[in-house]
Amino acid sequence: MIAEAVRRSPLADYTDRFAALSTATDGALSIRELPFVSQVDLRADPKDSDLMQRLATAIGFALPIVPNTVTSREDRRALWLAPDEWLVVGPDGQQGAIERELRNGLNSAFGSIVDVSANRTVIEIRGGKARDLLAHCVPIDLDARVFSAGRCAQTLLVKAHVIIECRDESGLILYVRASLATYAADWLLDALTE
Amino acid sequence: MSRLASGGRIDRTRPIQFSFNGTPYRGYEGDNLASALLANDVRVVANSVTYGRPRGVFSAGVEEPNALVQVGNDTMLRATQVGLVDGLEAIGLNGRGRLSLEPDGHRYDKVYAHCEVLVIGGGRAGITAALEAGQTGDRVILVDEQAEFGGRLLGAGWNDWLETSLGALRSPPDVRLLTRATAFGHYDQNLVLIAQRLPNGGRLWQARAKRVVLATGAHERPLIFANNDRPGIMLAGAARAYVNRYGVAPGKRAVIFTNNDSTDALAGDLKRAGISVEAIVDVRAGEAVLDTFPSPAGGGGQGGGLGGVTIAPLTGGGSRREVECDLLCVSGGFNPTLHLFSQAQGRLRYDQALACFVPDAAPPNVEVVGAAAGDLGGRGQGTIMPYWVVPSDGQDWSTHFVDLERDVTVADVRRALSTGMRSVEHVKRFTTIGTGSDQGKTAGINETAIIATQLGQPVGAVGVTTFRPPYVPVSFGLMAGRNRGDLFEPIRLTAMHPWHVAHGAVFENVGQWKRPWYFPRHDEDIETAVLRECRAAREGVAVMDASTLGKIDIQGPDAVEFLNRMYTNAFDTLKIGSCRYGLMCKVDGMVFDDGVVMHLGPDHWLATTTTGGAAAVLEWMEEWLQTEWTDLRVRLTSVTDHWADVAVVGPRSRDVVRGLFPKLPLDPESFPFMAIRESETAGIPVRLHRITFSGELAYELWTQSWYGLALWEAVMAAGEPFAITPYGTEAMHVLRAEKGYIICGQETDGTVTPQDLGMSWILSKKKAFIGRRSHRRRDTARPDRKQLVGLLPVERDQLLPEGAQLVVEPDGTIPTKMIGHVTSSYRSATLDRTFALAMLQSGRERLGAMVYAPLNGHVVSATVTEPIFYDKENVRRDS
Repeated sequence: MIAEAVRRSPLADYTDRFAALSTATDGALSIRELPFVSQVDLRADPKDSDLMQRLATAIGFALPIVPNTVTSREDRRALWLAPDEWLVVGPDGQQGAIERELRNGLNSAFGSIVDVSANRTVIEIRGGKARDLLAHCVPIDLDARVFSAGRCAQTLLVKAHVIIECRDESGLILYVRASLATYAADWLLDALTE
Repeated sequence: MSRLASGGRIDRTRPIQFSFNGTPYRGYEGDNLASALLANDVRVVANSVTYGRPRGVFSAGVEEPNALVQVGNDTMLRATQVGLVDGLEAIGLNGRGRLSLEPDGHRYDKVYAHCEVLVIGGGRAGITAALEAGQTGDRVILVDEQAEFGGRLLGAGWNDWLETSLGALRSPPDVRLLTRATAFGHYDQNLVLIAQRLPNGGRLWQARAKRVVLATGAHERPLIFANNDRPGIMLAGAARAYVNRYGVAPGKRAVIFTNNDSTDALAGDLKRAGISVEAIVDVRAGEAVLDTFPSPAGGGGQGGGLGGVTIAPLTGGGSRREVECDLLCVSGGFNPTLHLFSQAQGRLRYDQALACFVPDAAPPNVEVVGAAAGDLGGRGQGTIMPYWVVPSDGQDWSTHFVDLERDVTVADVRRALSTGMRSVEHVKRFTTIGTGSDQGKTAGINETAIIATQLGQPVGAVGVTTFRPPYVPVSFGLMAGRNRGDLFEPIRLTAMHPWHVAHGAVFENVGQWKRPWYFPRHDEDIETAVLRECRAAREGVAVMDASTLGKIDIQGPDAVEFLNRMYTNAFDTLKIGSCRYGLMCKVDGMVFDDGVVMHLGPDHWLATTTTGGAAAVLEWMEEWLQTEWTDLRVRLTSVTDHWADVAVVGPRSRDVVRGLFPKLPLDPESFPFMAIRESETAGIPVRLHRITFSGELAYELWTQSWYGLALWEAVMAAGEPFAITPYGTEAMHVLRAEKGYIICGQETDGTVTPQDLGMSWILSKKKAFIGRRSHRRRDTARPDRKQLVGLLPVERDQLLPEGAQLVVEPDGTIPTKMIGHVTSSYRSATLDRTFALAMLQSGRERLGAMVYAPLNGHVVSATVTEPIFYDKENVRRDS
């Protein structure tokens, strides 16, 4: 059961500032928080091919094996975080379903499944200037020719740990620790002045 | 005025007003401060650091050792690098800058850049390399330290080529052109740091390149002779630049002193600018400038300028002659600019024919082109006769300046060698050659040559000193970038933060977290507020945001074994739905961290850590799992931010919790101490724990952090009838100290064992755990180790400062033996007095004894007690 009224996302106070930005840049840059995204952390042995097959069947698509890539089907996505770790992501309210599916897939095999939906919030940055903005605070190469759709990476947003996913040409998704969300948002807004 | 009527790349239709040392002057768009000063006949720009000798513009670039100026709060700037802007106010320095006490008002930024090819240096070679790379579709960055590209070509009649080439570079979208950008550090894997000067600050580019092309050119070096530092003496190439690029005559009557062909074109350039060439002194023709003399006029604050030179045959015989002049153009050859190359671990070799160090083995993916690679044809060096120092005319070498910025002379180098030093590195440190803010760009190789000459060694054998970043001075502001003020360090906030702000909390930084320190009512001071908050927790009900605790989810069939090894106590018997306090040691047996471990389900646990220790504990656990205990089937996941944690504390806490969860049985039998329950209130899913860090009956209510604020507000509403009181970290500290609960990092400092803390009870005798073996060391079993005790100051009102040292005798002679220190000290509402915790040598043997804390001017006496002041029997906790 989700009580909409009582939940509050870490960047609830930034909605207006983000909206103003999109207007001010004529859409060249838009930032918004995607609140309450379902996120489940999965640890499982990638060398166990039966297990990987079971997990693929359970969630409906194969987990990415290539480092720093994303696989998806419909509104579910799986981000490669480590050789035996993935972040399985879905829309609001699906963490329970994802957990159940993964647990079915894991069956009795060794692994771990943790609901981390409230651990991080998600910031979407869109527009032609998205990558330019992030060049002011993210050290890795986010150029579209290197960091294309279907790629993800774990890096720093200045001093805050962040997962970045390239969803499509003009859209980058940032997964930021809930407690560090305002720091990240303040930095992004400050970087705009450059 | 020495401005030429025409010529140069300045715009005579756009005058710029500026002032130097308070006097107003006029320059033009395209000038820098050095060219504008020369145009206004300002010959003396600064005074030297040690001898106070007048100094003028010596070069036309970054290598400038003399013309150091201050502009506003920016100090130690090279006049050759200061672009002229309207209203500029510059002051000449006497070798030392002045640091401002004001905050740096500039705006600095940092940018990361990635490219396939980074070309450093926008002269002919660099532009050519960039053009070539730009054809491939690769990402190319071309940087140059000057305001415009072209390098030496500027003002040298290459305008058409420059225009065409730069036009071609501007069209590909993947070519980025940066001017006023100095690459100052070249690190592993081609990370290059670039300082870009912007109108009101700067930008630090952190560029990572697959391939770096160094087109850094060459610096001309001077010849060394007596009194070679007078204003009016400058590098030959600089004189050409001032005439051709800036349309300035740097003198009226010139003498040229050279050992190579590069000055051939200079005489013509000077004459065209109306400067007479009085003599060309060429060591290849057997002549040298032996000495110089000052101008006789000397008035108008411009004294000390060059008046003329004494020329003598090299052989020593023959006649000397004096030639009057106000400009002496010197060229001793060129040094390829290989600072970045050397920083990147490129090796140099000495080239006898070119009389300079050239690149030898290049590091991977680094290429050197143009003059930097030893191609000095563009400079017109042609034939060169290696020559360094003109012999002293019976003088003591004390005016043969080697390093102009540092005021170091040949006499200093000879002194260093006479003490037995042989290494160029030692001589550098003894003399300080090359340690100025110019890093000896015009001095370093001459130093090597002087040493080689003195020692009778080949120049190549003496070698050069290590080149280290930064190539040019870089301001701290640039390094800091926008990491200033609120953005200096990450600020971590809990979900309840907006409530705390709205209710007037005073915050304390705990690690990166902002935690409410106390919640003052009206104009309460901290002491009053904390006493009130503590009283509420002890007598009614109080509430604290405990969300910052570190939280680690632990899953796997070997989780119990893992926990047994990590913690000193055992977890085999802990049932699902229960928690247990756990203590962790490092391998040396010293206390590391503590927290509560929850057993959530089959093979499923959750460990809390201290707020500050969260990351370190997770790393510590992962290190053991990944490197030592790879057989353990356990997986860890950080869930610190997933959970919000509301601690409801005090004898009335059960009433508040009952109001929120009316159906949940809360009596001590149904929900005992250290039990866990799952429930919900008003649509908020909640995990309840009966945990206490205050010694009172208490509940920690956990929920996903996005419900955190709602849960907090629900607790406040349910607690209203009981006057529920929010409290902060200060009251938390007092409450736990009254109960003798330690805080890792406050009572402990990495040298404290559990036994020292009187916590032997938590050391399992049945299992191995990290640190156990160290507890058997003789030292950790010493009876005179510092042990945790309580202290009650004799004066009930006297508060011992934390950190105060404790001694046995109140009036012992100094130095007196210190036997311990105060770790925590507070005023207690419950005890109606002050109290403290301390680490005291043989503390448990001293119970009841007196110790003394000598403070500034007075001594506080205190009685040693057990480190527990309140509810020893845990009646309240278990109620």
